[in-house]
Amino acid sequence: MILFVVSIFLFLLKDALSLFGVYSVRDFLFGKNWLPISDPPKFGMVPLLLGSLYVTFGAIIICVPLGVCSAMFIAEVAPSYLKHVLKSLVEILAAIPSVVLGFIGIVWLGPFLRNWLHLNTGMCGLTGSLLLAFMALPTVISISEDALIGVPKAYKEAAFGLGATRWQALWRIILPSASSGIIAAVMLGIGRVIGETMVVLMVTGNSPVMPTSLLQPLRTLTATIAGEMGETVGGSEHYFALFAVGLILFVITFIINFIADLCLRKARK
Amino acid sequence: MKERLTLITILVIGLAGCKETVDPNEPTGFIQVKGSDTIVNAAQMVSEEFMKQYPHVFIAITGGGSGVGIASLINKTCNIATASREMKPKEIEIAQKHGVNPKEWTVAYDGVAVIVNKDNPVDKLTIEQLHKIFTGKATNWKEFGGKDLSIVTLSREVSSGTHMYFKEEVVQLGKKDNKDEFSDKTLLLTSSQAIVEEVVNNEAAIGYLGMGYVSDRTKALLIAKGNQYYAPDTNNVMKKKYPLSRGLYFYTDGDPNGVTKLFIDFTLSPKGQQQFQEAGFVPRGESIEQKN
Repeated sequence: MILFVVSIFLFLLKDALSLFGVYSVRDFLFGKNWLPISDPPKFGMVPLLLGSLYVTFGAIIICVPLGVCSAMFIAEVAPSYLKHVLKSLVEILAAIPSVVLGFIGIVWLGPFLRNWLHLNTGMCGLTGSLLLAFMALPTVISISEDALIGVPKAYKEAAFGLGATRWQALWRIILPSASSGIIAAVMLGIGRVIGETMVVLMVTGNSPVMPTSLLQPLRTLTATIAGEMGETVGGSEHYFALFAVGLILFVITFIINFIADLCLRKARK
Repeated sequence: MKERLTLITILVIGLAGCKETVDPNEPTGFIQVKGSDTIVNAAQMVSEEFMKQYPHVFIAITGGGSGVGIASLINKTCNIATASREMKPKEIEIAQKHGVNPKEWTVAYDGVAVIVNKDNPVDKLTIEQLHKIFTGKATNWKEFGGKDLSIVTLSREVSSGTHMYFKEEVVQLGKKDNKDEFSDKTLLLTSSQAIVEEVVNNEAAIGYLGMGYVSDRTKALLIAKGNQYYAPDTNNVMKKKYPLSRGLYFYTDGDPNGVTKLFIDFTLSPKGQQQFQEAGFVPRGESIEQKN
């Protein structure tokens, strides 16, 4: 397993580093223009990185409160018959293909947001964030729920013994005790969102602009790779640039998963 | 045991069936066609006709953009690359480095139509006005006699031949030394159909695509290079009056042979050309400036 990860990393690294033989590292990391087919081409990845971060941030802001509250409801409040229904609904949510969500984004959510918020176009970061939040919800809900259930019963009983109401016990005792698990859920949610490709490619408009707000079109790292890889010739500068973008993405998700793993370990102790 | 016997019987019958139907003189094979989204529908229609005539030749046609087709010709993953622009000298050089000698076939002519929403009062624009719109120098429809709305410019992804063509002819006004780029606010959409959908839904949008994609759901603008405005229709493209007229190409690695040659001959024959005409393009025989 580790062997696979290491070889993927080395493969990415090899092709990504080939770019820096012909294109300066500084221009790649700090350049503000992504113009891959111009002459000379410019491969500044800042707009793409910011695009990814904006969309991810938006999705997490929407998804975490919703996900954690749903998990609290399922784990502690809901009667057992409702619990089963809700859990299977969450599983169905996880089974919706991303291209279907993207399609819904194009034909319904985008135009709806445009009319509602009086935007120039519905193909913007917010549309992407909303759909991605939807996609990350199952991850966040099920891992948070596991964390909440894993809190020893004695904590709750002690809280009740001290005269706490059900709400106080849930909010002040169980939630803080499960915090490492919930942070892990959030991190895995972020990992899910930042790596998602199809939805953002379809609904965010893909303008390689320096994003200043979620209400405008933007272009993410993943959409750039997916949108452009088909036309690159093996061994060209553009091809290596896409690998370099892939490397950045790999490093980001690796760090996020690493943090999530640390939190999960802490939660298990 | 019984089940296995049945299975073997079915297999034997199946194999025998296969053998019987193939006439040794009939062409068989597989052709991979990749490239331009502009041509993909027309090529699909041609291949359906072709497969009616030669039922044992299978043709797979995929889009993705002219750049995708040319890249896969160079990477040797397709037999025919379709393109809505000519190969660049740099691409030919890279191809030769990979041991591929691209051969060009002009299969039809096309006009790049500029479309807007049906509720947009603007009917015609000049190339210079389009240039201002797509480079972001003009941002409101008011400037062109339209409503007070911010212009939303739509483009195809960079892998599209139409993107490249439009960039050279409109954004850079056809001048080689011009370094103008698409405004970075331009939306880069992944298919011509996505552009149609956004224009249908968005009153402020303007986009461009091959005239095969023009329908009643959107409005195609009249375009002028000098004083005369022309509509993107067969007649104007045929007479080269429409300013955004271009060729559509097939590329093969060297001289094609076997079924690939058969398919190209079929495409250039009246029957194949008729399909291009039905898909909304201009057949090559009718164009005044013939390449061959």
